[in-house]
Amino acid sequence: MDYSIPTINLSVIGPEIIILLTAVSVLIIGLFPNYRRWSISIVFIGIIFAFYDIYYLWNLNQVGFDGMVLADNFALLFDIIFLIGTLLTLLLSGNFINQYIRGTGEYLSLILFATLGMMLMASTNDLIVIFLGLETLSISLYILAAFRRSREDSLEAGLKYFLLGAFTTGFLLYGIALIYGSTGTTNIYSILNFLKDGSVEIGILFYIGMILIIVGFGFKAAFVPFHMWVPDVYEGSATPVTAFMSAGVKAASFAVFLRLFITGFSPIISQITGILAVLAILTMTVGNVIAIVQTNIKRMLAYSSIAHAGYILVALTALSRNIESEFSAASIMYYILVYTFMNIGAFGVVIYMEKSEEEVLKISDYAGLGFKKPFAAICMTLFMFSLAGIPPTAGFMGKLYIFSSAVESELYGLAVIGVLNAVIAVYYYLRVVIFMYMKEAVLDFSYLSARPVMALSLSISVGGIIYLGIFPQSLINLLTNIL
Amino acid sequence: MLKEYLPILILLIFAFVFAFGILLLSHFVGPRKYSDVKGEPYESGIKPFMDARVRFSVKFYIIAVLFIIFDVEIVFLYPWVVVYKEIVSQGIFIFIEMIVFVVILLIGYFYLWKRGAFEWE
Repeated sequence: MDYSIPTINLSVIGPEIIILLTAVSVLIIGLFPNYRRWSISIVFIGIIFAFYDIYYLWNLNQVGFDGMVLADNFALLFDIIFLIGTLLTLLLSGNFINQYIRGTGEYLSLILFATLGMMLMASTNDLIVIFLGLETLSISLYILAAFRRSREDSLEAGLKYFLLGAFTTGFLLYGIALIYGSTGTTNIYSILNFLKDGSVEIGILFYIGMILIIVGFGFKAAFVPFHMWVPDVYEGSATPVTAFMSAGVKAASFAVFLRLFITGFSPIISQITGILAVLAILTMTVGNVIAIVQTNIKRMLAYSSIAHAGYILVALTALSRNIESEFSAASIMYYILVYTFMNIGAFGVVIYMEKSEEEVLKISDYAGLGFKKPFAAICMTLFMFSLAGIPPTAGFMGKLYIFSSAVESELYGLAVIGVLNAVIAVYYYLRVVIFMYMKEAVLDFSYLSARPVMALSLSISVGGIIYLGIFPQSLINLLTNIL
Repeated sequence: MLKEYLPILILLIFAFVFAFGILLLSHFVGPRKYSDVKGEPYESGIKPFMDARVRFSVKFYIIAVLFIIFDVEIVFLYPWVVVYKEIVSQGIFIFIEMIVFVVILLIGYFYLWKRGAFEWE
């Protein structure tokens, strides 16, 4: 029997290798209490190197591992989004790390392993590698959700996420198996060629496989019939982990959706526009309506993140209707980037409000914050404006692009429902602002001290949403040319 | 074409009918006498002296998990060894790849060691 080694091109996974080495080294350094304090600096150096490598790979369009992994600009852009999310989360994690000082190495390396999984998901051309990346991401997140292991709610979050996640992984894998069964390949380009070829009839099994894959990633991205885990897991996990989960996992899932829709499934994707539209309407409406009645800010942000998945789904539906539309794809990527900034920022203020031993999570606890801690309150106000979609923040531009891409694809009804949902959402976002500026303080905010690192993270987020909100055009031009 | 499978169907039906028939028969016809001695779990003829539900130390589970991890490592090593001689002529890559794999596992081993997973006390 003949064996041949596939062509390997290690520079394709350069950023991934850097992140992996960083994760392993902080895991080892975390074992030595004397050197533990260096670990966070090592992580930042690693992330900077990864950014540099992405800058180096930009526009080179390298392919490696027999076409299984590729570093095109699309993958690199998503790598940048994931790394921004990781960086912002780590800047916010200082307090959490100090609370669980013995677990420093584990926490940092698990966050980096999860990032590695996301990067792998975005930069591959093969369903098996997508699955591999998803598992790397999910298993790290299951552990992170249960990281506060002395607390019952954290353990519940971890177990719930693990059981449901393992269950939906089964759906995804079954979908991949059915697609492999009907096309004979797991490579996305080969699937595209199979569909274009047309000599073999596309069987019902292929469609079932496609739907099962959408279900599998719909769970991770919290689409509405698969969203039940979101509030409990977000509430039970430590807030920095929640911030990381809400932004990163969603971005990774949508990266896979874009890759699959634009290349692999593109000849037949317009046949499932109806399914996607129903999912989008359900996701937006359920998320927004339930968010109204929440009194806990973490649960409110959890439901709001479901609603935002719905907005992105609107653009995805528009894309499936009109697969040539580069504008729809660009609006999805723009929204994901903006969402990373504004959501991690909002969770950042929640982290800032926490006491060391207990959390301050009721929305009514934020009463009077505006006059006691003006910087945090202004940041929170901007994040809430951006999440609600009020100009001049980037959230407004993102919603504008998404709804106009729906109109461009002649999905007028969907666009109207989306705008109505955005109006509902204004109520619960502005309620936080009203509490901060128009109610008497119930809490003594003297326990809040200045936290420069956290302020840096919040400033980056605020800068991001303001800059992208006022000057979106250059980024949109970049994104439309990326595919 | 389906006709060829007819004997299998008959066999299946017969197996089900026979198995459930015997079970039902013994359920309805068989005599039943309960006594304390009969209710006791059989432990090789020795009288049971404590509850069967005992709390095990978590260390047993850790050892079991570690065993599985390093066992799977060996499973990967065997096929590698089988093809090694033929494929190494194409380059040293196959050797380096396995070294990388083993080093990653060794890092895990080192981590467990320093974390005290092997200490029994």
